[in-house]
Amino acid sequence: MSTALTPAPAPAPAAGPPAAGRAGRRADLARLGFYLPATLYLLVFFGYPIVTSVVMSFQDYTVNSFYTGDAPWNGLANYAEVFRDELFGATLWHTAVFTAASLAFQFAIGLALAVFFRRHFPLGGVLRALLLLPWLLPLIVSGTVFRWLLDQDYGVVNNVLTGLNLISEPVPWLVSTDTALIAVIITNIWIGIPFNMVILYGGLQSIPDTLYEAAALDGAGPWQRFRHITWPLLRPVTAVVLMLGLIYTVKAFDVVIVLTQGGPADSTQLLSTWSYELSFTDLHFGQGAAVGNVLIAIAMLFAVVYLRSTRRAEAEQDAR
Amino acid sequence: MATTTPTTTGGADRARPATAGRPRGARPRARSRRRWGTTALAVAIVAVLLFPLYWMVNASLQPSAALLSIPPRWFPEDPTLDGYRAAVDTQGRHLLISLFVACGNVVLTLAVAAPLAWALARFRLRVGPVLLFALLIVQMVPGIVMANSLFALFNTVGLLNNTIGLMLAHSTLSVPFAAILLRAFMQDLPREITEAAAIDGAGQWRTFRSVVLPMSRNAVITAGLFAFLFSWADFLFAITMTTRDAITPVTVGIYRFIGANTTDWNAVMASAVLASIPAAVLLVLAQRYIAAGITGGAVKD
Repeated sequence: MSTALTPAPAPAPAAGPPAAGRAGRRADLARLGFYLPATLYLLVFFGYPIVTSVVMSFQDYTVNSFYTGDAPWNGLANYAEVFRDELFGATLWHTAVFTAASLAFQFAIGLALAVFFRRHFPLGGVLRALLLLPWLLPLIVSGTVFRWLLDQDYGVVNNVLTGLNLISEPVPWLVSTDTALIAVIITNIWIGIPFNMVILYGGLQSIPDTLYEAAALDGAGPWQRFRHITWPLLRPVTAVVLMLGLIYTVKAFDVVIVLTQGGPADSTQLLSTWSYELSFTDLHFGQGAAVGNVLIAIAMLFAVVYLRSTRRAEAEQDAR
Repeated sequence: MATTTPTTTGGADRARPATAGRPRGARPRARSRRRWGTTALAVAIVAVLLFPLYWMVNASLQPSAALLSIPPRWFPEDPTLDGYRAAVDTQGRHLLISLFVACGNVVLTLAVAAPLAWALARFRLRVGPVLLFALLIVQMVPGIVMANSLFALFNTVGLLNNTIGLMLAHSTLSVPFAAILLRAFMQDLPREITEAAAIDGAGQWRTFRSVVLPMSRNAVITAGLFAFLFSWADFLFAITMTTRDAITPVTVGIYRFIGANTTDWNAVMASAVLASIPAAVLLVLAQRYIAAGITGGAVKD
């Protein structure tokens, strides 16, 4: 800096290079310019909505409230109403099954693919990149395509399954209460495989080749190498993938809306879609917010576990 | 050894001296054959996993009536572009809206996230850890909660049925992601260079614009790509905040299209193909950035 080189008591640990007087203040202002807009942004676009959601859940918020700004407080009535609804237990159960099944298969298939693509072979990189497509596509597109694939009469899935004699008559995938949730889960698994594969592949890249070479010299077979090298060394990445998957899947919305709209007979209703229905179809915004807040609570629970596990992984890495 | 190319032609008589460091045993030709065998297997895997996308393209090129034939036609035997014509007619406007909103979101996201990322990476702020924690946490707030509350907010300030409103809503998806991604990258920029800029008399902003941003080009591209894709693919905000056809993005356009045309599948599929184009283009043009972005945005360093 050209001016003000007089040493000044730097205002404690926050300051960078020592600066003083007017120039120092100007520098502080410039620094403020870097993060103040973003901080305000976070307050308006995240702070406000989250607070609104909590406040709304204690109000009788209707369509009229939007015009009059008037929403009478009703204490815990929204929560009581929601918890008493038999759909609450059902949506909670669907959300749990949807999340657990999606995660298990996405992870298993993603891991298998990551291990497979770790081998060096011609076109490996190109083919691996192609597998990213399902993840990059708008969910509305994937959902629409699966709606067509799973069509009871004209869908290719039923056609192939009957052709292979695996089923005797077409399965009403999306219109039967027995199969709709399964169909939605299958679609969601397909969508989530690339995310798991990419992150696990990245994790595998950081395992040194020499370990495998040494193990091979010691006569370890592929399964032993996987069990004793890949799996243990991949554990921190595994934790991250599963936790993020959990957080993302718990709040899944688009897939269900496109495929089944929560139906038939609410058999694919998740907490997220139910919250949407309460707010935007039934226009009980207070109840919609209440269900949304239950969803926040669940997501945050997992988020805390996730942040703690990454912190532990970091600490382990630092210790090494 | 003189030649370095282990050709597959010529004598399979004796094991050639393998290139250094390779595991012993496999002969070049056998190894090469096995490698191509792996490729064949990989192609098969990719074909199975991407079959739904092939099916989308296949359906988009067939006449509507042919789609209702049993068994289904595995190839578009007499291809037609009718589906695409119908798709452009009905979805053309929605595609443009999506493009406009997505581009706006990219600009907005980078404008908010990049300076914040630099501040988090280099200034030792007292609020730094709090901000970083907030960025991580807010990514986990369910979209439906955001939609519910932003609907109320936008209703008050008149941003419903408004492309600016959509950009702002979409930026809530991409700002935290971009800030974390950019911060991770900017942290690793060599200190010497920015310090040299400061010594040369550049102020904070000048250093940021002329040194930090150009050096972070790859990360900025990645963050921008993701901001574009998040916005392009958004459905929840689009469906909650738009009721008028004139400002409906393509995701909602397709959704309403299916609702109205359950028989016109070739036009529906053609719309789906058109809506997939940005993702496909970005995958081809920026493949390495995308893989890096997924990893970088998810696994915090």
